[in-house]
Amino acid sequence: MRSEETPRLIGADGLGALFTALRDRGYTVVGPTLRDGAVVLAELDSAGQLPSGWSADTEAGRYRSRRREDGAVFAHCAGPVSAKTFVHPPRARLWSADRNPDGSVSAAGPDAPAKRFAFVGVHPCDIAALGVLDRVLAGGEHPDPVYTARRDGTFVVVAECTEPAATCFCTSMGTGPAATAGFDIAITELLDGGHRFLARGGSPAGTEVLAALPSVPAGAEDTAAATAAVERAAAAISRHMPDEPLPALMTASRESPRWADVASRCLTCGNCTMVCPTCFCTSTEDVTDLTGQHTEHQRHWDSCFSLDFSYLHGGPVRTSTASRYRQWMSHKLGTWQEQFGMSGCVGCGRCIAWCPAGIDITEEAAALAAARLEDAP
Amino acid sequence: MITLAVWKFASCDGCQLSLLDCEDELLAVAGQVRIAHFLEASREVLPGPYDVSLVEGSITTAADAERIRAIRDASRVLVTLGACANAGGIQALRNSADVAEYASAVYARPDYLDTLATSTPIAAHVDVDYELHGCPIDKGQLLETITALLAGRKPNLPAHSVCFDCKRRNNVCVVVAHGEPCLGPVTRAGCGAICPAFGRGCFGCFGPAETPNGPAEADLLRAHGMSGDDIRRLYRTFTVSAFAEVAGDAS
Repeated sequence: MRSEETPRLIGADGLGALFTALRDRGYTVVGPTLRDGAVVLAELDSAGQLPSGWSADTEAGRYRSRRREDGAVFAHCAGPVSAKTFVHPPRARLWSADRNPDGSVSAAGPDAPAKRFAFVGVHPCDIAALGVLDRVLAGGEHPDPVYTARRDGTFVVVAECTEPAATCFCTSMGTGPAATAGFDIAITELLDGGHRFLARGGSPAGTEVLAALPSVPAGAEDTAAATAAVERAAAAISRHMPDEPLPALMTASRESPRWADVASRCLTCGNCTMVCPTCFCTSTEDVTDLTGQHTEHQRHWDSCFSLDFSYLHGGPVRTSTASRYRQWMSHKLGTWQEQFGMSGCVGCGRCIAWCPAGIDITEEAAALAAARLEDAP
Repeated sequence: MITLAVWKFASCDGCQLSLLDCEDELLAVAGQVRIAHFLEASREVLPGPYDVSLVEGSITTAADAERIRAIRDASRVLVTLGACANAGGIQALRNSADVAEYASAVYARPDYLDTLATSTPIAAHVDVDYELHGCPIDKGQLLETITALLAGRKPNLPAHSVCFDCKRRNNVCVVVAHGEPCLGPVTRAGCGAICPAFGRGCFGCFGPAETPNGPAEADLLRAHGMSGDDIRRLYRTFTVSAFAEVAGDAS
């Protein structure tokens, strides 16, 4: 069955069957759950851990989970954890070496994870972000074995976005709120007229799992309701990027006075890059043990907002906050395109919500665009 | 086997206790280093020179100012431990007050005291090779430093913000999700973001990160309900002198 064939309708209790089907097939299910006041992605044992009846209200520098009257499971956006945490973990061992009693040295490569992940309930912007990571970490001449070992064979159940947050701007980046590719199953949560899910397969594996779930063919009114819910979501998105080619804007803005302005507000704390679902930068370090017989080469998430990240012989290259913010934004929206043939930003809005200072990349882009117009002859 | 000496100046002993707190790793440490001077652990004292000296506490007396120079001269590598040794500690609150007035208010016989007017970090007196921050220090950083010195490599001691570590361990940000005031964005990492992991804001015991933005942090703290006085007090706890510049813009 291909995605254009008749979608299926799954009842509210069908998510339990989905979890069972995925676990039966050997997947470790990763999905949204409420923890410490936020909807985060985590390994889940059952559908009962999904954030039933929870939404999130976001603004620049602000996130609050909110109880809902209904039992909506996927009506939340911009949580602080993205799929990146699972496929490109914050810390990974690249290799280790041990000195043997006879003086020889034996080495081992990266840990091979014992898990195959099934992502359940991630949104279309998150799928787009996985596509970006696929290109960056696995699409070149030297695929990253840590990433491919976690990403290969993943199963993706995307939840089309029906309740975008105030920080979302996926429509500007062309990544949502509808799911178009990159999934095994796409579901659309329907609330009016009974809690249910419209589901369609996006791959042979997805179709096979879908067939194992209790479902009925979706009626025309259910399909129309799903389309309308996603269209309402698109119309509800209130943040936008400037409607112009962003790489050209970034190139033209290299000397913009706006960088000094944003630098006065930027804490260089690195939160934007850490929550970004595509920021992939890392540093490596050697970790030895006390005996000197064992060493590990470890990799951890790093950020262009730290001084050490641009440390070359003699000192860091990007000492000013302005230069570090410019590096991040110019790469994300501009040079990423040259480097990987795609935008580094998927419009999920996490960097806006989780910036303690409330710096808003759409506002900064708009300011750069306005400043360029002022400069124009 | 290298020789290790542990020295105490004005401090609470909590940082050197971190070495004993290494429990699981302590035997491995003892197998690799000769502990030559560590009065909290052993009365045995071996003469110098020492390969590595761990120095806790701040300089608050003329005698200690002399003693730290002798220790420096006897040490190949000198590592300072904690907020007192690196920033003068809580006792550096005296630096902006009248010590004679303090002494007369607190002690029945202030003339018994022989103290300097200031509490200053070790680095204000002698060269320091590595600084381990915190109140107390992180035992992982202590082990990392000893291990690195044994292997002849640079210890991994980051200078970026606490936020990096908070996100790496999947903490939910207490500022953004709960409106808790937090010094994490301007504070040096190394503790593993332990306070936010328990749902409270960072109180800055590691001192400032590499490039703290004081005015922006003050805006953030004010937005979460703190007055100028609250903000100054928040900075003036464990690393008052190190945060002086950052806090200078707080009001």
